[in-house]
Amino acid sequence: MIELIVYGIVLGSIIALGAIGLTMVYRIVGFANFAHGEFMTGGAYVALFVVTILLPWIGFPDSRFVPLSFGWRMVIAFPIAMAVVAILAIALDKILYKKLRAKKSGPVILAMASLGASFIIRMTILIIWGSDYIFYRPGLMRPALDLPLSVKIRPDQIFIFCAAIFLVILLHLFLKRTKMGKAMRATADNTDLALVTGIDTERIIAWTWAIGGGLAAAGGVLYGIDVQLHPGMGWNFLIPIFAATILGSIGNIYGALIGGFVIGIAQQVSTAFLAPTYKLAVAFMIMILILLIRPQGIFGKE
Amino acid sequence: MEFSGISSYVVSLAIMAGIYAVFCLGLNIQWGYTGLFNIGIAGFFCIGAYTSAMITTPMPSGIYAQYVHQIFGLNLPFVFGLMGAAIVCGVVALLIGIPTLRLGEDYLAIATLGIAETIRLIFNNEQWLANGPRGLMDMPQPFHSVVSPQNYNYIYLIITVIAMVIIYFAIEKAIRSPWGRVLRAIREDEGSASMSGKDVFNFKMQSLIFGSMVMGIGGALYAHYTKAISPSVFTPLYGTFIIWVMLMAGGSGNNKGAILGAYVIWGIWVGTKFVTDFLPYTLQSRAPYIRFLIIGILLEVILIYRPQGLLGEEKKISKLLD
Amino acid sequence: MTILKVDSVSAGYVPESNILHDLSLELNEGEIVSVIGPNGAGKSTLLKTIFGLLKPKSGKIQLKNEVISGLKPFRIAQKGVSYVPQVNNVFPSLTIQENLEMGAFIRSDDYSDTMEEVYTLFPVLKERKNQKAGQLSGGQRQMVAMGRALMLKPEVLLLDEPSAGLAPIFVSSIFDKIKEINATGVSIIIVEQNAKEALKMSHRGYVLAMGQNVLDDKSDALLANEEVGRLYLGG
Repeated sequence: MIELIVYGIVLGSIIALGAIGLTMVYRIVGFANFAHGEFMTGGAYVALFVVTILLPWIGFPDSRFVPLSFGWRMVIAFPIAMAVVAILAIALDKILYKKLRAKKSGPVILAMASLGASFIIRMTILIIWGSDYIFYRPGLMRPALDLPLSVKIRPDQIFIFCAAIFLVILLHLFLKRTKMGKAMRATADNTDLALVTGIDTERIIAWTWAIGGGLAAAGGVLYGIDVQLHPGMGWNFLIPIFAATILGSIGNIYGALIGGFVIGIAQQVSTAFLAPTYKLAVAFMIMILILLIRPQGIFGKE
Repeated sequence: MEFSGISSYVVSLAIMAGIYAVFCLGLNIQWGYTGLFNIGIAGFFCIGAYTSAMITTPMPSGIYAQYVHQIFGLNLPFVFGLMGAAIVCGVVALLIGIPTLRLGEDYLAIATLGIAETIRLIFNNEQWLANGPRGLMDMPQPFHSVVSPQNYNYIYLIITVIAMVIIYFAIEKAIRSPWGRVLRAIREDEGSASMSGKDVFNFKMQSLIFGSMVMGIGGALYAHYTKAISPSVFTPLYGTFIIWVMLMAGGSGNNKGAILGAYVIWGIWVGTKFVTDFLPYTLQSRAPYIRFLIIGILLEVILIYRPQGLLGEEKKISKLLD
Repeated sequence: MTILKVDSVSAGYVPESNILHDLSLELNEGEIVSVIGPNGAGKSTLLKTIFGLLKPKSGKIQLKNEVISGLKPFRIAQKGVSYVPQVNNVFPSLTIQENLEMGAFIRSDDYSDTMEEVYTLFPVLKERKNQKAGQLSGGQRQMVAMGRALMLKPEVLLLDEPSAGLAPIFVSSIFDKIKEINATGVSIIIVEQNAKEALKMSHRGYVLAMGQNVLDDKSDALLANEEVGRLYLGG
């Protein structure tokens, strides 16, 4: 059971990376982004491209940080994946959502457009890579470490947790210390006043997409390192990240972080009683439960 | 011979488009007239198909019982299958509406998405319920013995069209009634509907249930047409997304548009297959993805450049009140 | 010298109906101008239109000799106009200090002097600078909102009902602060329900009704005008 909780924390840190971006987009751009899961998938596959095609092609040597399953190639691929998805997210905003905002389309229309975008991204990945399950480094034995309390954990999983926490701390410092970060919080607080204050809200929106997309991409790469890559992986994360977002109150970054861990732990612990394929349904049931008991989430007012 | 090949192809196309038109009509009640954002159509599709299948097939017996499991098999006529599908979908809609309809529109979207995925997981995993991933087969087809099997699709086309037309007139009647006026008032602005929150909730709930029942009938029509269903059919792509594109293309808030959209988009969908057939052999296996990519882009183009769809919203005026 | 000129502006939120009809107003350098009139006269709409939150359908607005109508709010802010909305005028989850920093968002120079000036004007804000603005009282929020607007070192300050919802004891202190701000050379347009008090501290006043100019004059003259007194000053 303790082992499942530990696995849940690892899964939760990946969910949290998705949920934090989702909750920021939800609050600042103002709609439910159904393409957020595909940002995760996109990040995972961009890293795959860099690790298995781009870097070998330019002759970058393969290496591995034993006992981790990856090496310098992944270290380079990771930020590239985040940057590419960040740019993709901004580009989607410019060619799609911005046009709809200009037409005064409601949030539901924007959400629908994001659903369309999610299929477009997923189909593009399917066209390029097909529907197979892929590993970053196939055929590798990945032994687990024995920790106290009979917890077995792979070194990769410890790395995943640390990487996620590192990114969250970076985000925290960005929001608390930098001018742009404070302006983002201000816009999330009160968009009209931000506009009055002279903050160019379109620029804030672009930053929001970049951060949301980048964090989601990081989550996708980490999931790829932990398990494997599949074009449907992001779609399967969609319900858990929405559940985490709602649990932690929409717009609340720290709520999304905690929500991510709660959902991740609940999903992993449920495998003690249910078939693992029901993980998604577990996240869904928790979400329904919150909607019934406390729809504003744990950190919401009223 | 060539001609009959083509005409049977056209008939099968028309049947599928007709079934999708039923879904579009159901969605139009929810989205077009009430503004409910249901993106879990696949869930109602799935439940409608399975319910009708199990109502109309007998409980497997003898040697089949070892291979086919289903929770019940009533062996009743087709019409009961349609009715059962509608009722069960209505109940599911009620359950999903309770936690979500008081909240913002996007909560319903997330919840319906979740229920659709959960339903698919349940049918996939629970062998005892409806035979797990292998699904159910040999659903009976009405008037099966009237014509030879190769011509049966003509009969089924008529059945589909009749169902579609009945549903069309039922919705038109409902929408032109005072009830329909209230729905549109809710969609436009909940505040000005000058009703209590409880009333708004009730009307939304009725619309959600009504639309979902229609979707259940669509699922049943599908099950008896293909005579074989399995959970892998009811994906977000085939079961939800394409129906949204159809309604948006035809014109939400317009029942004729809903039907037109179903036929146009299904035509484009089938038509793209002819195009992808020209692709080099290596790309052939990815052809469905290319086709769905086109449909996805089509939705974005509609949303940006023609959000009212082909026909646009029809003005509905109640003869009783105006 | 005229610093801000509203020239026969018509504006509204929906295409068919206008709230402002052919409205004109001038603000001279160093002046406080009060805009008074009954509810729904279009006073707040006038400020929103000046600040670019609403686009005039006809007429033009000039800042010094430059036409600013049609510009986005942040461009108008860059040109030296600050606006304090009537409600929701602070960022509740940001600290006081952060609220003021946001006021200086479009400044790229060192603004620590300006912040010190704001803190000197509102010492209570300095004491609580790390407190979240959402936890403050109405009067203190109003100070944060004004302080935020002053961070731009504006030439023109637009105030929308600064006394609304404040206890009487705070009203006079807020009005005193407005006079102090004006004394530093900031020209101010103030929209007020509290018409008498507003006129007392301003140089000139405009009376609006139904989105149209009714009367404008020196404040003393308006205060002395019997009809204005009866209709708009409550006795």
